[in-house]
Amino acid sequence: MIKLIPRVQASEKWGYLSPVLAVFLTVITSIFLFTALGKDPIEALYTFFISPIANWYGITELLVVAIPILLCAYGLALCYRAAIWNIGAEGQLLAGAIMGSVVALQFVDSTSWVALPLTLLGGMVGGMICAGISAFLNLRLNCNETLVTIMMNYIALNTLLWAVYGPLKDPYGYNFPESALFGDSTLLPVMFEGTRLHIGLLLVLLALVAVWVFMSKTFLGFQIKVLGLDKPAAHMAGFKQKKLAAMVFLASGALAGLAGSVIITGTTGQLIPAISPGYGYSAIIVAFLGRLHPIGITLAGLLIALLFMGGELSQMNLELPRAITGILQGLILFFLLSCDVLIRYRVQFTFKRATA
Amino acid sequence: MSNVKRLAMQGITKAYPGCIANDQVFLEIKHGEIHALLGENGAGKSTLMKMLYGVVKPDAGTITWNGKQVTISQPSVARGLGIGMVFQHFSLFETLTVTENIALVLGDQAGNTKTLAARIKKTSERYGMPLDPDRRISSLSTGERQRVEIVRCLLLNLQLLILDEPTSVLTPQEVQNLFKTLKQLTSEGCSVLFISHKLHEVTELCDSATILRAGKVTGHCNPKQETSESIARMMVGDDIAIDNDCQRAVGGDVFARINNLSTTAKGQFDIALKNINLEVKRGEIVGIAGIAGNGQEELLKALSGEDIHPKSTAITFGNTNQAVDSLDPLQRRRLGLSFVPEDRLGRGAVPDMDLCDNALLTSFDSGLVKNGFLIKSKIVELADKIIKQYKVKTPGNHNTAASLSGGNLQKFIVGREIDQNPQFLIMSHPTWGVDIGAQVAIHEAILTLRDAGCAILIVSEDLDELYKISDRLGAICDGSISPFLPPEDLPVVKLGQWMAGDFDTESTQINSTIGAAHND
Amino acid sequence: MDIDLLTNILYMMIMTGTPLLLVALGEMVCEKSGVLNLGQEGMMLMGAVAGFIAMYHTDSYVLGFIFAMLVGVLMSLLFAVITLQLNANQVAAGLALTIFGTGLSAFLGTDYEGKQIPVLPSLSVSQLQDIPLIGKALFAQNAIVYLSWLLVVLAYLFFRYHRQGLSIRAVGEDPAVASNLGLPVMTIRYLCVAFGGAMAGLAGAYLSIAYTPMWTEGMVSGKGWIALTLVVFASWRIERIVLGAYLFGFASIMHLVAQGLNWDISSNLLAMMPYVATLVVLVMLSRDKQKLKLFEPMSLGKPWHRSN
Repeated sequence: MIKLIPRVQASEKWGYLSPVLAVFLTVITSIFLFTALGKDPIEALYTFFISPIANWYGITELLVVAIPILLCAYGLALCYRAAIWNIGAEGQLLAGAIMGSVVALQFVDSTSWVALPLTLLGGMVGGMICAGISAFLNLRLNCNETLVTIMMNYIALNTLLWAVYGPLKDPYGYNFPESALFGDSTLLPVMFEGTRLHIGLLLVLLALVAVWVFMSKTFLGFQIKVLGLDKPAAHMAGFKQKKLAAMVFLASGALAGLAGSVIITGTTGQLIPAISPGYGYSAIIVAFLGRLHPIGITLAGLLIALLFMGGELSQMNLELPRAITGILQGLILFFLLSCDVLIRYRVQFTFKRATA
Repeated sequence: MSNVKRLAMQGITKAYPGCIANDQVFLEIKHGEIHALLGENGAGKSTLMKMLYGVVKPDAGTITWNGKQVTISQPSVARGLGIGMVFQHFSLFETLTVTENIALVLGDQAGNTKTLAARIKKTSERYGMPLDPDRRISSLSTGERQRVEIVRCLLLNLQLLILDEPTSVLTPQEVQNLFKTLKQLTSEGCSVLFISHKLHEVTELCDSATILRAGKVTGHCNPKQETSESIARMMVGDDIAIDNDCQRAVGGDVFARINNLSTTAKGQFDIALKNINLEVKRGEIVGIAGIAGNGQEELLKALSGEDIHPKSTAITFGNTNQAVDSLDPLQRRRLGLSFVPEDRLGRGAVPDMDLCDNALLTSFDSGLVKNGFLIKSKIVELADKIIKQYKVKTPGNHNTAASLSGGNLQKFIVGREIDQNPQFLIMSHPTWGVDIGAQVAIHEAILTLRDAGCAILIVSEDLDELYKISDRLGAICDGSISPFLPPEDLPVVKLGQWMAGDFDTESTQINSTIGAAHND
Repeated sequence: MDIDLLTNILYMMIMTGTPLLLVALGEMVCEKSGVLNLGQEGMMLMGAVAGFIAMYHTDSYVLGFIFAMLVGVLMSLLFAVITLQLNANQVAAGLALTIFGTGLSAFLGTDYEGKQIPVLPSLSVSQLQDIPLIGKALFAQNAIVYLSWLLVVLAYLFFRYHRQGLSIRAVGEDPAVASNLGLPVMTIRYLCVAFGGAMAGLAGAYLSIAYTPMWTEGMVSGKGWIALTLVVFASWRIERIVLGAYLFGFASIMHLVAQGLNWDISSNLLAMMPYVATLVVLVMLSRDKQKLKLFEPMSLGKPWHRSN
């Protein structure tokens, strides 16, 4: 018999160990999965987890994938700290990409230095508009934030499709659903010659430090934590709940919107329908796996980015569907939630024994 | 038959992580007697009863029922044996009707479902507790809910009725009614197990008693032959002072004024406040008695700022008579308010945060924050100071609020609020569920604060406590408030009438609102 | 607007609303027991792919739907173990279920994209289907539509008249009290979650076998989420779920209406309609927070673990 015994105090140790155990269990499960699919598990594991980052170019590619995921995840973590179940990073990212594109397309032939900052700012504003609508519906009109944000994701996606099929379509693009190519002045400079790694990485580092200082050193960060852990206590203490909630909503919208504009200015160079293979959804997993802590999120984000790359490689080298990435992401989250039981409970194995 | 006991529990032991709830407990009940199980909060009474009713499984020990050893694996087994239980927190579903509640729980034991409603009506009337079987629980008063619970037991072939702290939710008059019903039951041969920590009730009602302290039986007695002191000793042990007489105070000028405060009920389960008039002077303690759910929460929230009424000017603080109705809790704190809410875990303190963070929760204005950044060293200093000054038992300031016992957490919260040098302190149930040691400490802290000139308002269901520390005492019922009198001039019977909404002839206006409340 | 168009709109509205009706019914039962399962989208996708694969290989509609329901149940049990046994946060676990279901269904369905199966035929009642306007909508539907009506009636009677229906409501209101009184809280919750899974699986298979009929990645496109709104819209009452499902069905076929009326609106914008409609409904519903709370099962979404 396995029995769960509640702990007197939540275990700090298992708070850190649980994500590690979850990743470990996911790897074990993936070995079974690969074997069941008739692949050599060692080769498959190598393809999935090692070969994508076996060289310098691979590492820079990993970072390119990780940049938008991390930006989204930092923002989501702020919301989750406040117990606001915002799952709208995907929509906010798309909205950021749309707004960013609108700005960037004004500067196609310009060489002005303001073009790039304005494009990024446009992306942030786009994300904030999307998040702001959700926040308004949630905070003013009492709508459930999870449902609102998921609906906004679908609305943003359809808006993106409408934009690339309609107003933003490249008039000289042979009727492809794509915007015109952006001018050089709106593209993020590459950091290292011969790679695609752009200076969006610096924005990630900036966001990392900002979020970390905000959450652990400031009184606002403290209030957000109280709000998330215990609403009646926050109310009793006189914290301004709606303002705090609106703040984290907008901050996460800005970060996700930034992610969107970083993708179009750093990777694709134009607005296309498939700018995000679900980065905003993966960011949810990253935020949880990283324990809502910026450092943890950074590590988790790199891991999930690795899964994205591993999925691509295994499609090419192992003839496995790319969708395997989604399975592994789901499994990690499941294992994490399961392992988290160890934070609050001790597991006791009891054996049936004759009573004396 | 007569030499076989109704019930014998022997060597009952049950351990939880970190504590032994019951240690080798022995308990015997005869036919047709009312047996008291006495003990402080946390002595293990409820655990013992849950084992008898099959909710919790004992680690060791035997239960003998009418001479036969039995294993009570679940509540339906207990009911099958003729054991009925009324829990302290009622086991009723608000959204279901009386009949549905009873049918649901008794299942096949309820017999023919078509005649159930008629039988509920008949049984309830026979025992002097009339009930309408078709009403929803949410529309019943606390006393009526308790009747539902008791009738649910009576519909069985009842041989033992367990009542867990049944009087804590009743007015003194309702208590007398309950006692009548119980005596009628025992005259018919049914046994009653009466769990309480109120000595005077036990000496009035019970034929025999078992006393628990920290999970162990510390004595058996006939309460009618003992003094309250001797029983109290068995309950609390030798090393704790039981009584400390309090000096009354008259207070100075008025700090908080409430003039004709009326509110509307926001939700189905909320109470509207009706024409509340109340003054609290500096240097006095005003006590408000009342059965839970009569508007205490609403009154306290209106005072603390958790509920804001922007257009009203009914509440004023301080010498300048500044209206505070529209101010949020933070602004009111800056005017000198401190607040100890009823739920200490989940409102007074954040369960999963450590004591440093919980010290910061309401004390952030006392120099702990600079330019929006936290000053960690000062926060730790404050937490340590509260822990030391109020003798909070904890391994350290980084332990979470949830890891503290109720009494220790309450000392911490009271300490935190008092440390802000309030001019007006509001407390809800200051010592509910707290052991005697902590109770004495909290009362001392409150009295010291009063003598330093703070205005103090206390809401409690514990009449003993209110009589002990209040300088003026009144009651709240269905959103209306009674007059206030010094405890010495207020007999318990009169306070009981006030708690039931009968506010004398002090004001015809008040009487008419009460009348209306009782007619619906 | 001619009568043929209106007849077809009514017919399509019911046909399109049926999967929503099924999922919402399952989720409502689940929520009545106090469990909030946000994984409907994932379970529907799994049902859709499983039903399609089974149908593709066996050519049996019955096996297709049964297999889809089994897979839905398995998915929901995964959720149940994590939330009920291991006390995980229900919102997070529901999200995990959706993410997992999305990934796994895409993986399993890779080889079946673009494959064809025969659509589930409609069972017409020969005379009645010719009744003007409503005949086609009510009497020319496929078997699953009729089944959904049967399920609605059964569920209504169950909650109204059966004692186990009372038990579910009691467990949803206060599991601790229910357990103290000896109700099997865990068993009841497991069964309710599993019922929700079966309904989601059935609804998914309806999409891939009876509605489209084909499999494409992510084909449920938010219907699982819309169903969650529907349950709130219906205030946990069965008769209102029917109404809501068909209203959303109507919002989903706006592009057909637009075509029929020769409106010139971007199809991408029309595809947004169900989601915008959901938001509008949410706003209207949520105006009165207190009223909303009145119908919500009181313990909804709160973890509970028997301690003894």
